[in-house]
Amino acid sequence: MQDIGAAFHLVLSGDPAMLAIVGLSLRVSLTAVLIGAVIGLPLGALLAVTRFPGRKAVIVALNALMGLPPVLVGLLVYLLLSRSGPLGAWGLLFTPGAMIVAQTVLVAPILAALSRQALEGLWEEYAEQLRSFGAGPLRAVPTLLWDGRFALLTVLLAGFGRAAAEVGAVMIVGGNIDGYTRVMTTAIALETSKGDLPLAIGLGLVLMAIVLAVNALAQGLREAAARRTG
Amino acid sequence: MPEAAILPLEVAGLGYAAGGVAILDDVSLRIAAGPPMLIIGPNGAGKSVLLRLLHGLLPPARGRIAWAGPEPQAAQAMVFQRPVLLRRSVRANMLYPLALRRLPRAEQLARAEEALALVGLSALADRPARLLSGGEQQRLALGRAAACRPQILFLDEPCASLDPAATRRVEEIIAAIAARGCKVVMTTHDLPQARRLAGELVILHRGRIVEAGPAAHVFAAPSTPEAAAYLRGDLLW
Amino acid sequence: MTLLRRLLCLLPLLAAMPVAAQERSITVASTTSTEQSGLFGHILPVFTRETGIAVRVVALGTGQALDVGRRGDADVVLVHDRAAEERFVAEGFGGPRRHVMFNDCVIIGPSADPAGIAGLRDSAAALRRIAAARAPFVSRGDRSGTHAAELRLWSQAGIDPVTGRGQWYREVGQGMGPALNTAAAQDAYVLADRGTWLAFRNRAGLRILVEGDTRLFNQYGVMLVSAARHPTVKVAEAQRFIDWLVGPEGQAAIASYRIGGDQLFFPNAAEREPAD
Repeated sequence: MQDIGAAFHLVLSGDPAMLAIVGLSLRVSLTAVLIGAVIGLPLGALLAVTRFPGRKAVIVALNALMGLPPVLVGLLVYLLLSRSGPLGAWGLLFTPGAMIVAQTVLVAPILAALSRQALEGLWEEYAEQLRSFGAGPLRAVPTLLWDGRFALLTVLLAGFGRAAAEVGAVMIVGGNIDGYTRVMTTAIALETSKGDLPLAIGLGLVLMAIVLAVNALAQGLREAAARRTG
Repeated sequence: MPEAAILPLEVAGLGYAAGGVAILDDVSLRIAAGPPMLIIGPNGAGKSVLLRLLHGLLPPARGRIAWAGPEPQAAQAMVFQRPVLLRRSVRANMLYPLALRRLPRAEQLARAEEALALVGLSALADRPARLLSGGEQQRLALGRAAACRPQILFLDEPCASLDPAATRRVEEIIAAIAARGCKVVMTTHDLPQARRLAGELVILHRGRIVEAGPAAHVFAAPSTPEAAAYLRGDLLW
Repeated sequence: MTLLRRLLCLLPLLAAMPVAAQERSITVASTTSTEQSGLFGHILPVFTRETGIAVRVVALGTGQALDVGRRGDADVVLVHDRAAEERFVAEGFGGPRRHVMFNDCVIIGPSADPAGIAGLRDSAAALRRIAAARAPFVSRGDRSGTHAAELRLWSQAGIDPVTGRGQWYREVGQGMGPALNTAAAQDAYVLADRGTWLAFRNRAGLRILVEGDTRLFNQYGVMLVSAARHPTVKVAEAQRFIDWLVGPEGQAAIASYRIGGDQLFFPNAAEREPAD
């Protein structure tokens, strides 16, 4: 279809509006993954190494949070950030900052749950030797995070995929404002509702191409590094 | 390095059970500075569990483990049958426990170099540790332990997975570490190895010590039938 | 390692924050019909070029837009449901209310026209025929201005469409575009604003069947959100926008917006008693 080609052409030719949308999508989702990682990865590592009453319940709850509907997260964050809400003074609603907040809330549980899974096996392998060195579970966390870096990169990619693909949260807290908070997914939703389906599909393919490229890049990095460090 | 000597270690009436099964029963021992102590016995005798209890990796169910000095944890090290190496370079593995002890960086690097030389891995210092052969990995684990300058070094069947050439190199390193004044406490099911390395011998059977003493005496004249049978090469069960 | 990573992640956040602070801007809560028809894309750049104030439009249904105003999350509200707007003012959330423009709605339907309404000028009569034929009818069902107009028409026709809910009367709870998509897919009748219809690309077998009934005219009103209720409202810039919109330049910009030569919105800020 010509319009799909037109969509790709828009991106490749550097159409400023299109580039702004793509750039904002990447900026919002990547930032959300980074902040979510600062919260979620150490949390996941802590869960992997510590044992406490109620640990199983926490793990079950965290796994359940992975399935949080984005539109629900959007609603909750909206109520928080609204001028009439508790954090209204920040003035974040309908800005890219609100979108980052919403996607961070969405992605952090995923990063925590998946990193716990990834690092628990590693901790089983390392625990005796690290304790022999005098490193208790807490001190082991940075060691596990670094040694588990390849598995954790995959975890980050899963988080990015979730963030880049969602529309419910960023639509509600961002408002899909033309030229300001419009990202790929909300642009697709808008074009679909205007009945411009070919353009919507074209945008969708561009989005998939970007996500594919990010994944391929990360896979290449993983393989190169794994070859170097075993 | 900690100042106070933590040896001799007095062990009295040590007991341990798992899943309702007694693994160690009434084990008493005195570990003093000196030549290597080899703990031998058939599989399932409880040798590995004993080492872990002494090193503090497992809590005893009964009995007492009394070190002679304060902070015994920092003055010990342990090497396991399969070496546990971090996903980093050889040198980085050497540095890891030294960084944990917060030694000055210069001292860390100096000790790491010395340990690399001791185990003959200086040329492979920047290689990823997990790409080394089995023997090289175990030598790295030994060097890493030695770099901590422990007063006592526990070794749990360190050569069980190695070929004879690698075994010989590892034994040479163990002897060198012992010669520096470190007390080596090592388990093995390889009798000839015990003959080569032991200064003191402890024979464990079904969770109890059936013989203990200077190696020369025990080999020449075991005092119990089980010890005698084991040293003859009979199967004990 | 983690410390370094922590520091690195702060950088993009820092990059995200200052953008909001530098630009002078206001937030306008409006309806999907004004945005999706392309009107805002046409008139807002004129305003921004002249004043340097960026206008950020959040496009929702009329009910939602008014709620955004009530919560103080927008500076200006521009919607098309006079009764709801006057309630908004009466409750003290904003005002005063000014006329801006009107457009009209049309009844869209399948070319086959099973209810036989093509060419009628009386929209209530058309709805009566649709109900009698139990022909599929898609409603927005989303508290929008268009939805409110549709419900008024049903009541003028003396019909309660809810009796046909789930059979021939289908409420989608979404904006004009999705409602049109659904109507196209189901060969159903639907009440739509002309602007969205003209910009709509997925028409399938649908066409305009009934138009010109004065009851189908939509009046748009604009209100400033009350600074007494929400001190963070940007009163100066927002009032500047409203004055521009109802003044000669804004009204001319509205009138000049065409799709395929057709004018969609008819400025009437100066009128005292507009056609309703």
